[in-house]
Amino acid sequence: MAKMTLEELRRLREQKQSELQKRDIEGKDSRIVVGMGTCGIAAGAKTALDTFLQVLEEKKIENVSVTQTGCMGLCYVEPTIEVIVPGMPDVIYGKVDAATARKIVEQHIIGKQLVTDHMFDRPAADIIKKNGGK
Amino acid sequence: MHICIDDYLLDIVQNSFEADSSYVELAVDQTESRFTCTVRDNGKGMDAEVQKRVLDPFYTDGKKHAKRKVGLGLPFLNQACEACEGTFALHSEVGVGTTVEFSFNLAHLDAPPLGDLCATFVILLAHPLAKDFVIKRTIHTAKGSTGYRLDKQELEEVLGPLTTSGTLNLLKEYVASQEDDVRKYYVNPDAHKNKAPLSKQQEM
Repeated sequence: MAKMTLEELRRLREQKQSELQKRDIEGKDSRIVVGMGTCGIAAGAKTALDTFLQVLEEKKIENVSVTQTGCMGLCYVEPTIEVIVPGMPDVIYGKVDAATARKIVEQHIIGKQLVTDHMFDRPAADIIKKNGGK
Repeated sequence: MHICIDDYLLDIVQNSFEADSSYVELAVDQTESRFTCTVRDNGKGMDAEVQKRVLDPFYTDGKKHAKRKVGLGLPFLNQACEACEGTFALHSEVGVGTTVEFSFNLAHLDAPPLGDLCATFVILLAHPLAKDFVIKRTIHTAKGSTGYRLDKQELEEVLGPLTTSGTLNLLKEYVASQEDDVRKYYVNPDAHKNKAPLSKQQEM
């Protein structure tokens, strides 16, 4: 690949945006939050996040918000990620390797079905602030 | 335990993002045998007492996770640098900021593999606490020198907020094209693949 300039990147962005307007917006308001603490990184959170981007690209889903946070307190099942899809319960998945990341996109984000064998509930008690962080 | 150099980078730059910094800079320079990184922030800094203790894995300020007794980021990095005859230095001043400078001796058997620098740069640029953040990547080898600069504010002006899958994939494409250019100057591009397999400890 030739070294891209910022101008080329801008043009690519504009081209993608006009394509996007012609399609139904799948994945809108869905969010994936990856736990990127020391524990997560050591367990492969970077691979998980990168696989999410790769699979979403393959499926041409442009509107899922992919963000990162620190440790969610479930260090024993890292990499952990939270998936928020409108109309579905917020779920924390654990042991998310590349294959599981793919499954989460296909089954949870697209198929609207929970991936039950990787569910690990909510952040651990020592992470949740008593008054909800207020 | 982290496996690749990029894991250490990802971990350590986040410290700067979380230190109330308004500006963070990551400089990554590579030669045939050395991989040198400088992480500089203008965040809250650490006093001399804390600086003495941060390399102790059983020291933490306890603010982020109240009941935990470990802080592993800097100790892991220091250990990995020492293991391959690299360097590690920390400069910090309260209210002024912190600079962490470290290097890996790539020719050493115990040097970690580089890992995926593109993915790491994209993840760091997309970090929600990174505001004014700049990555300066350079390479100097017998084949010549080149480099590139990634400025979060500049990239957001082109791409919009770095938050959704479509935007991040565009960013990835852009960073990959920059890194491909750098790779042309690698003297032995497969050096890391020829290394001894991961030790048992690394596999864990």
